Amino acid sequence: MNNFESIQKKAKAKWEALQHNDIPTIFLGAASCGRAAGAMQTLEAIYQTLDEHKVEAKVVQVGCIGPCYLEPLVDIALPGKPRVSFSNVDPKKAKAILEATFLKGELPLQRAVGHFGEKDDSPFGELPHFFKLPMLEPQVRIVLRNCGFINPEDIDHYIARDGYQGILKAFELGSEKIIEEVKKSGLRGRGGAGFPTFKKWQICRNAEGDEKYLICNADEGDPGAFMNRSLIEGDPHAVLEGMLIAAYAIGATHGYIYIRAEYPLAIARLRNGLAQMREYGLIGKNILNSGWDFDINIKEGAGAFVCGEETALIASVEGKRGMPRSRPPFPAISGLFGKPTIINNTETLGTLPNILRNGADWYSQYGTQESHGTKTFSLVGKVRRTGLIEVPLGTTLRRIIFDIGGGTLKPFKAVQTGGPSGGCLSEEFLDLPVDYESLTSAGSIMGSGGLIIMDEDTCVVDLARYFLDFTQKESCGKCTPCRVGTRHMVEILEKITRGEADLEMLTKLQNLAETVKRGSLCGLGQTAPNPVLTTLKYFRDEYVSHVKDKYCPATVCRELLEYRVIPGKCTGCQRCVSVCPTGAITGPRSEPHNLDPSKCIKCRACYEICRFDAIAGDAIVIRSKGRAS
Amino acid sequence: MTEEFKEIFENFQGKESDLIPILQKTQEKFGYISQEATQEISRFLKTSENEIYGVASFYAQFRFSKPGRNVIKICMGTACHVKGGEILCDAVEREIGIKPGQVTPDSKYEFRRVACLGCCALAPVVQINDDVYSQMTVVKLRETLAHYE
Repeated sequence: MNNFESIQKKAKAKWEALQHNDIPTIFLGAASCGRAAGAMQTLEAIYQTLDEHKVEAKVVQVGCIGPCYLEPLVDIALPGKPRVSFSNVDPKKAKAILEATFLKGELPLQRAVGHFGEKDDSPFGELPHFFKLPMLEPQVRIVLRNCGFINPEDIDHYIARDGYQGILKAFELGSEKIIEEVKKSGLRGRGGAGFPTFKKWQICRNAEGDEKYLICNADEGDPGAFMNRSLIEGDPHAVLEGMLIAAYAIGATHGYIYIRAEYPLAIARLRNGLAQMREYGLIGKNILNSGWDFDINIKEGAGAFVCGEETALIASVEGKRGMPRSRPPFPAISGLFGKPTIINNTETLGTLPNILRNGADWYSQYGTQESHGTKTFSLVGKVRRTGLIEVPLGTTLRRIIFDIGGGTLKPFKAVQTGGPSGGCLSEEFLDLPVDYESLTSAGSIMGSGGLIIMDEDTCVVDLARYFLDFTQKESCGKCTPCRVGTRHMVEILEKITRGEADLEMLTKLQNLAETVKRGSLCGLGQTAPNPVLTTLKYFRDEYVSHVKDKYCPATVCRELLEYRVIPGKCTGCQRCVSVCPTGAITGPRSEPHNLDPSKCIKCRACYEICRFDAIAGDAIVIRSKGRAS
Repeated sequence: MTEEFKEIFENFQGKESDLIPILQKTQEKFGYISQEATQEISRFLKTSENEIYGVASFYAQFRFSKPGRNVIKICMGTACHVKGGEILCDAVEREIGIKPGQVTPDSKYEFRRVACLGCCALAPVVQINDDVYSQMTVVKLRETLAHYE
């Protein structure tokens, strides 16, 4: 038996033992999102309760399984039983659930959301399988297959679930056949543009020179996107194994992971992962006795969105300002330190082990003719079920937003895809299949996969202003259309949201947007106008309303709205009086209050606090200047 | 060279590509990039201070003045924006009397807007020191701030 086989055997035994523990095992989703929801306080409460009742149990921290809106998620597996999942577990709830479980000897199933037993049996009565929940059932989890299941800090868990089988297969095939397999799989770059992965690799492999580099782009600067962070936090070895495969295929001598410094947990998990790989001979000299040497360094990004662009990223790794340069030469020919370099997105790399392990045909069964496989999306904004999802390419927006996301609380208005470089799509596009070509034809892009859902309370003009403000600040300033053009666009958009623009300005905005799109040097400038162009196209009425009527239909643009008290609904509870920072609201207890608009700074505190009457914000409403009510 | 800088430069060879990691280590240690630090780095890497400042100022991560004791970061990601991040920014400004990017005169608070904290599903998000608060409101923010000294 060779060395890796014995490692694998040991890992499988360890995993099996965890599945059939003779003591209870508690799993806690403790990725960054879980922590933001309070997972670490919940963990504290779990330890305390176990201590208090002298219960022996194993506690395992796992990554994010996807439905962030249910976090913190705690799963309990009693000896010989599958995991049962509990949602929104704050410290108090954790204590109650554990006490019910351990003092009475059975799980309080009425409080659970799902179980992880074999799909067909139902050992838990009415309780559904976790993957039968409406948010999860339509998903196909390939990249995310381990997230939330395994302990991301334990390489044995990854290996037990067939980890590093992909690189073994790659060694067997040799680099030409790996590229052939990736070509057959139809994998396209998951970072945005969707360039065929194999093509880029081929150019680099054929490029001259002994020294070649592979860079994993984990900079994920898109506001509203967190797919890469979740994947690395939940399953770092999937990405690391993907890097081995890619590097071997192109003949790279050294790898870098360029990752946002704002993701400390993900960085820690990568460092830990690399140390474990070293221990098992999976990195460094003579990997798995293949005779191939390869090592990986972590480079922390320093917070510049433009570094998502390949040539800018390379400049940054070299220690310079992250400014793009014109192409050609393409990085695959002349990149980092002038050597052939491949930059692949985190998710692209995370997909590779699955393709190598299961074969190209298996992978390409998912998706559409042109866009194969699955894609992860961050589903956020005004949608009921927020979180991280993975679906086959070609799934319609309607299925994603309504079946998976559960729709919006207020009527749906639009979806923004692809981050700051993407576009805003209206209701008429709900049946659009999500793939590279369809999105592009609608004027948007796939981007890294951020989906921001908007309801009628979101103002698209304000959103366009937001994105342009972002790209303007992140523009590196090297080329004029991007540097000056985006600034002018922001100025016009600000005027519109303040009600100071006329119709002529809309035409100016349109022309300017088209010029910036055509004239910019890199992807940042070329795509920056997309949010403006798509909203002008699909939501022109809303612009016109701001310009002509000085009215913001979504009641977002602050210069165009006013807060007031509805006398019939106000009971005079004085809660709003107590939070108003400017003393704009007055009135005796039990009588309808008065709001003085000249003192009101529109801070929204009263609107937030007014909820004793069960319906939030009923007593104080926002009213637009232009409209009498 | 002081001991502190020796420690920072320990694992570097003095190549151009060492600059950003060195700046990151320096900031981690001192909280900001001081003029003295720029001088030390300039000597070590044999590049001009201007060059170093030029690179450092390009990236959002680096700062050049002493940080406050409590750092308030308001997430300005898209999801947070859509759910009211801007209003939270105003609220902080009102509560502690400084604008984003500034430190209060007593160094008690520092206030920053950040691009995205990656907790979009729980927007809007505010980070104070190492604690992340999700689904923040103006009223909740005010109460939370009171807990920091």
